Amino acid sequence: MDSDDEQTIPLSQRPEWADVKPVPQDDGPNPVVPIAYTDEFRETMDYFRAVYLSDEHSSRSLQLTSEAINLNAGNYTVWHFRRLILESLNADLHEELDFVENIAKKNSKNYQIWHHRRWLAEKLGPDAAFREIEFTKKILSLDAKNYHAWSHRQWVLKTLGGWEDELEYCNQLLRDDIFNNSAWNQRHFVVTRSPLLGGLDAMRDSEVDYTIEAIITYPENESSWRYLRGLYKNDLKSWVNDPRVSSVCLKILSTKTRCIFALSTLLDLICHGFQPSPEYEEAVNALPLQRSDVGPSSSSLAETICSVLEAIDPLRGNYWNWRKEQLPALVT
Amino acid sequence: MEVIPTVTQREQWMVESQVFGIYNNFKELPRRAQTVLLEIVCDKHTEYLTNGLRRLPPSFCVLDANRPWLCYWILHSLALLGESIDVNLKHHVVDFLSRCQDPLGGYGGGPGQMPHLATTYAAVNSIITVGGRRALSSINRDRLYAFLQRMKDPSGSFRMHEKGEIDVRACYTAVSVASILNILDYKLVENVGDYILSCQTYEGGIAGEPGSEAHGGYTFCGLAAMILINEVHRLDLPALVNWVAFRQGVEGGFQGRTNKLVDGCYSFWQGGVFPLIQRLLRSIEEQLRIIGCRKHDNDSSKINVNLPEETRQMHSGLFEQKGLQEPPDVAKFSDVGFDFVKRSADIGPLFQNFALQQYIILCSQIMDGGFRDKPGKSRDFYHTCYCLSGLSVCQYINLETADSSPIAQEVLGPYSNLLEQTHPLYNVVLERYYSARELFSHL
Repeated sequence: MDSDDEQTIPLSQRPEWADVKPVPQDDGPNPVVPIAYTDEFRETMDYFRAVYLSDEHSSRSLQLTSEAINLNAGNYTVWHFRRLILESLNADLHEELDFVENIAKKNSKNYQIWHHRRWLAEKLGPDAAFREIEFTKKILSLDAKNYHAWSHRQWVLKTLGGWEDELEYCNQLLRDDIFNNSAWNQRHFVVTRSPLLGGLDAMRDSEVDYTIEAIITYPENESSWRYLRGLYKNDLKSWVNDPRVSSVCLKILSTKTRCIFALSTLLDLICHGFQPSPEYEEAVNALPLQRSDVGPSSSSLAETICSVLEAIDPLRGNYWNWRKEQLPALVT
Repeated sequence: MEVIPTVTQREQWMVESQVFGIYNNFKELPRRAQTVLLEIVCDKHTEYLTNGLRRLPPSFCVLDANRPWLCYWILHSLALLGESIDVNLKHHVVDFLSRCQDPLGGYGGGPGQMPHLATTYAAVNSIITVGGRRALSSINRDRLYAFLQRMKDPSGSFRMHEKGEIDVRACYTAVSVASILNILDYKLVENVGDYILSCQTYEGGIAGEPGSEAHGGYTFCGLAAMILINEVHRLDLPALVNWVAFRQGVEGGFQGRTNKLVDGCYSFWQGGVFPLIQRLLRSIEEQLRIIGCRKHDNDSSKINVNLPEETRQMHSGLFEQKGLQEPPDVAKFSDVGFDFVKRSADIGPLFQNFALQQYIILCSQIMDGGFRDKPGKSRDFYHTCYCLSGLSVCQYINLETADSSPIAQEVLGPYSNLLEQTHPLYNVVLERYYSARELFSHL
C-alpha cells in the first residue's frame, strides 16, 4: 500500500470514501488554543471522526488511522482505535511492527508509539523478544538515553525474555560512554532481575570490582558511585563492612582532586556505622583547603567531611550543612 | 593512553561553555545593563501567552491531542505573572474545556477525544486557575470519579486512558485531580502507594515504572502523590533528598537524570521537590534517627538485612513495622493538600536558590517572551510554564509559612520580578486553589 501518491489526493476526492460524511471538530464558536490546521490535517481528522463515531473497523479505517498518525503520532485516540481495528480484522501484526518502526524513526519520544509497540509484542509473544530487543537497540544507537526505549526493553526482558546478552550489552554501552547513567541503571536491572545470573547476591562480588575500576578511572562520575551503593541496597551492613568500598574512597581522597563523591560516600559509610582508621582522617586533613573551611579541630571526622564538602561543593552548601546538623543523631 | 571524551562529556561541555559564556558576558556589563537583563519581561511573556490562547500556527497540529495542556501551560503562566484574563476569554476557556469533557467523565486532548488522565489534570487545573463558580461547576465530579475508578488497575496504579499505559504520572494526575476536587477516597488510594514505592530506584529518585531510571518528572509526581495519600513516610526520604540535591548542576539549573543535560523545565520538577522536602523534615529526620539506632544495634537488625529485591525498601519496611505513622486516615484525605501548604517549613532550601533563579532568567528567558529548555533551543509553552513555576518556587522557598510575602533579597532582579505563589503539590496558584477549595470542601 503505498501511498505517497494516494495521500496527496484529498480524501473527499477518493472514490472509496464517497459514502462517508466527514464530521467536523466541535470546537464551539469561540475556541481557545485553536490550531490553524492544515487542510490535509483537518480533512483527515474529519474523516477519522466519522469512522470512529460509527465504529467502522475496516481496512480503509485502518489506512486512515495510518494517515492520521503520520500527521500527529501523539493522538492516543487514533492509536486506540487502530488497535481495535487490528483486532477485528485479525491483521498481520508483523506488518504493524514495520509501521511503528517508520513512525518511531521520525519521533521516538512519544508515549503512544511505545505503548502500541508493547501491545503488539504482547500479542506476538516470546517469539517477538529478539526483534524487540533489536528494535530498542536501534533506537538506543541514536540516543543511548531514550527513556521510552529503555522502559520498553525492560518490559520485553521481563515479559518475553531475551536476557542472554543483556549484561554484555550494558558492558558495550558503558565502554562507549561510561557516563551513560541509563546503561548503569540497566546494569542494575540485569544484575538484580536476570533469571540467568543468580541475582544480586551472586553478582555482587564481580560487580563491585567492575564498578571500582570505573570509579578509579573517572572519580567524578556520579553514576558509578551511585551504582556501587545500589549493589548493597538490601544489605547495608555488607556495604559498611566491605573493605573495597571504604578503600576506594581513601584511594580517591589521596589523589586530592575530584573527590566530592569519595567524601560523600565516606560520610554515608560513617553514618551507617563505619569506623574509620586514622588514615582516613589524615587523608581528609591533607586535602588542599583553607583551615577556616574545615571547622574547629575538635570536630569529628564526619563533621569535618561535611565542612569540607560545604567548601568544595558550594552549590550543595545548604545540603551539606543540613547533613552536618543531622550528625548528632547518627554519629555518636 | 589518549582519552577520548564520551558523548556525555562532549555534550555537557558544550552546554557549560554556552552557559558560562552568558554568565561571563553578564558579569562584564555595567550595573544598569545587568538590571535590565535580570528583569522578567512580563509584558512580552503576557503577549506571547495570550497570543497562544487566541491562535496557534499549523506547526501545533502535533499537539492536537494536548489542547487542555496548552490551556494549562498558558493560563498557569499568566496566573503566576499576576495577569488576569478578561471575562469573555474566561468563558471561552470554560466552554472549550467543557467540549473536551467526556460524557462519561474525564477530559480528552480535544473535543471528541477519549478521556485521558494527563489532559484531565491539565483541564481541572486550568479551570481552577480561571476560577469562579461557573468555571468550577463545569466539572462533572461524579463522572470524573467514575472515570478515575475505571482507570484504576488491579495492581493499585492507574492507566492513562482506557487500555492505556500505567506509570507514576498516571498515579499523580489521578491523585492530584481527586484530591483537589475532594473526591479522593480509600478505593482510589488503595495500593497506589505500593506501586510508587516500587518505582523508587537505587539512586534515590523515582522512575516512571519499576526498574526504570530515576527521573525528575516522575520523582515530583511520585513524591507529591505519596504526600497526598498520606504515605510519604514509606519512601526512603534521605536517599531521595540526596539524589535531588545532586541534580542541580554548575549551570545553576537542574538536570532530569544523573549525567544528563540541564533543562529549564526541571526548575519545577526537581526544584519543586524542595518545598515538599522542607515540610517533611520531621519524617526525614525520624528516618535518619532510625538509621542511627539500628547502627548501634547490629545484631538485631534482622528487619532490613537481605530482604528480597521485590520487597525492597529497607527503610519503609522498618517504618511500617515500627508503626511510626498511623495508618492513613481515610476521612482526612480532603485536608491533606490544604494542611500541607499551611505547614511551616522547618528549614531553608536544600539547594542553591539564586543559582537556579539566575539560570531561569539569564539562560531560559527569551527577551521576546517565553522561556526555553536551554540556550540554543526555542521557546515553548511547556517550558514557559515550568520555568515560571520553578522561579515562583525559588522566590517563596525561604518563607516559613505560606501567606506571607518574600522580602526583596529573595527575589533575583527587581522586586517586580516577584511572581504569585504556587501550591507545591498541585501546581496551581495558591490563591486560586483557596477559592476552589472553598467550593469543593463543602461538596
